[in-house]
Amino acid sequence: MISVKNVSYTYMTGTPFEKTALKNISFDVAEGEVLAVAGHTGSGKSTLIQIVAGLIDLTQGSVTIDNLPVADKKIRRLVGIVFQYPEHQLFEETVESDIAFAPKNFGLSDAEISAQVEEAMRQVGLPAELKSVSPFELSGGQKRRVAIAGILALKPKYLILDEPTAGLDPLAKENLLKEIFGAVKKSGATIILVSHNMEDIARFANRVVVLAQGQILFVGTPRELFSREEILSRAGLEPPPITQLLSKLNLNQNALTLDEAEKIILKNFPRK
Amino acid sequence: MSRFESGGTADAIYRFDVLILSPRRNEMLRIFSFVSEEKILDIIRVENLRHVYKSSSGDKVALDGINFSIAEGEFVAIIGNNGSGKSTLAKHFNALLLPTSGKIFIDGFDTSDEKNLWHVRENVGMVFQNPDSEIVAAIVEDDVAFGLENLGIAPEKIRERVDLALDAVNMSDYKNFSPSKLSGGQKQRIAIAGVIAMQTKIIVFDEPTAMLDPQGRREVLSMVKKLHAQGKTIIYITHFMEEAAQAQRVFLMEGGKIIKNDTPREIFSNVREMKRLGFSVPVAAELAERLRKKNFKLPPKILTADELAEALK
Repeated sequence: MISVKNVSYTYMTGTPFEKTALKNISFDVAEGEVLAVAGHTGSGKSTLIQIVAGLIDLTQGSVTIDNLPVADKKIRRLVGIVFQYPEHQLFEETVESDIAFAPKNFGLSDAEISAQVEEAMRQVGLPAELKSVSPFELSGGQKRRVAIAGILALKPKYLILDEPTAGLDPLAKENLLKEIFGAVKKSGATIILVSHNMEDIARFANRVVVLAQGQILFVGTPRELFSREEILSRAGLEPPPITQLLSKLNLNQNALTLDEAEKIILKNFPRK
Repeated sequence: MSRFESGGTADAIYRFDVLILSPRRNEMLRIFSFVSEEKILDIIRVENLRHVYKSSSGDKVALDGINFSIAEGEFVAIIGNNGSGKSTLAKHFNALLLPTSGKIFIDGFDTSDEKNLWHVRENVGMVFQNPDSEIVAAIVEDDVAFGLENLGIAPEKIRERVDLALDAVNMSDYKNFSPSKLSGGQKQRIAIAGVIAMQTKIIVFDEPTAMLDPQGRREVLSMVKKLHAQGKTIIYITHFMEEAAQAQRVFLMEGGKIIKNDTPREIFSNVREMKRLGFSVPVAAELAERLRKKNFKLPPKILTADELAEALK
């Protein structure tokens, strides 16, 4: 379990550029759940995940992961973080050596490394024959898969994904999310998904934390969130298109999928 | 569909077009006054454009025989999956890339002729995906002035155009800010101001909202629509179908070809075909299609929530 308690964070304290990024943030992430963190640019999302991953030192409050304080080096093996546009971090000559980079640094044996590389490639849907190809010759979607596989190869118990589908085309996005979430869920890992795409949140998240100006505006299920328009607009977010559509039809019901929306309409409108 | 299939005068223009491929084509046509100005102003014309990237692991055909023309003042969206050739095409509009074969004419100027480079770049402004890699200066107004300074324009003229451009994107209050202190949407508006200051006739946007949050996306899209309303020719590449649906015409690219060139309504209301091609469609169109299968009598080509609400009444 990840437990965040009363975390506040200020950048450049004591300078004219002092800026409070987080104010008194508390929430838990249960094992096996997908927790979304939503909020617009500057809401504090990035600061928050960097604190949870132990990349920024805490100044106020506490974060524990499986009862270890986040400053403990052991958590580096527990938490994997995929940054935005992770393909910018590719650097090795082949796909295989790029994915193997982190497991190697953690001192795994060659046999373990090659098994984990293969498994990670399978998880993100990369065909095994791409192993010996340069990652720079792949398409954008494939590059991103390589970068994500590099994190999955560490078998993190907690995976933080920061806008994992930004800039991908709709088809690549759909496939990537389905495959990653499928594979990661099977392995029992816990996911923190940072996103402002409400459709993705509706489909994949169990719960959502909404941030605005460094504070938590809402914690609950996506379904609850989408029925509270005032929170969405305060956070600079939009309900998913399906919810918007139903409210245009004066149906105050909540649908997360097209199937649900169809049923609601069938119930409420006579067939002509 | 070619704009020249209507016969009559249009046919005559087309033949004339083929004959006169000179940089002064539009002026010549106007002087000869063969046709009204409105008809000759195909501000962009692309003929059998092919682009092949050479690499050690073999050649890759990125554009495979592209043909279209765009009239001055049009707003065209280009959609297509990654690797379909959209960005390669975008880089041809201002001669960042040159055709492997075929031609592209900007306001009558052949981009592959080095003599025309100046004219082409004067006419086409580009806005890319990542605002951080477009911004060059430490102060907002210096960044907007960058292109103008390179053109050697007089300082007082630069001052005037920079102020107007910042005003147009509602960023005047930030002119002395450091761009690093701005949000993604604001940075992208600064990049757009830089292009507005250049006073190009054409602005090409290559996924300008891909890295922005919903609010930033709204800001940029409303800016694009404003520029279109002012008469700019807009080419807008995007993965967001709701954004493409706001253009006048949509090109759908696949495998280096334009496989559809039609109005957003025609393209997005064909739900089955779009899904087959791997695209999403606006939810109202998809829901309407599902309801039709359940024997709802709905008019064809429903695209928006308002239209669906009206039809269900």
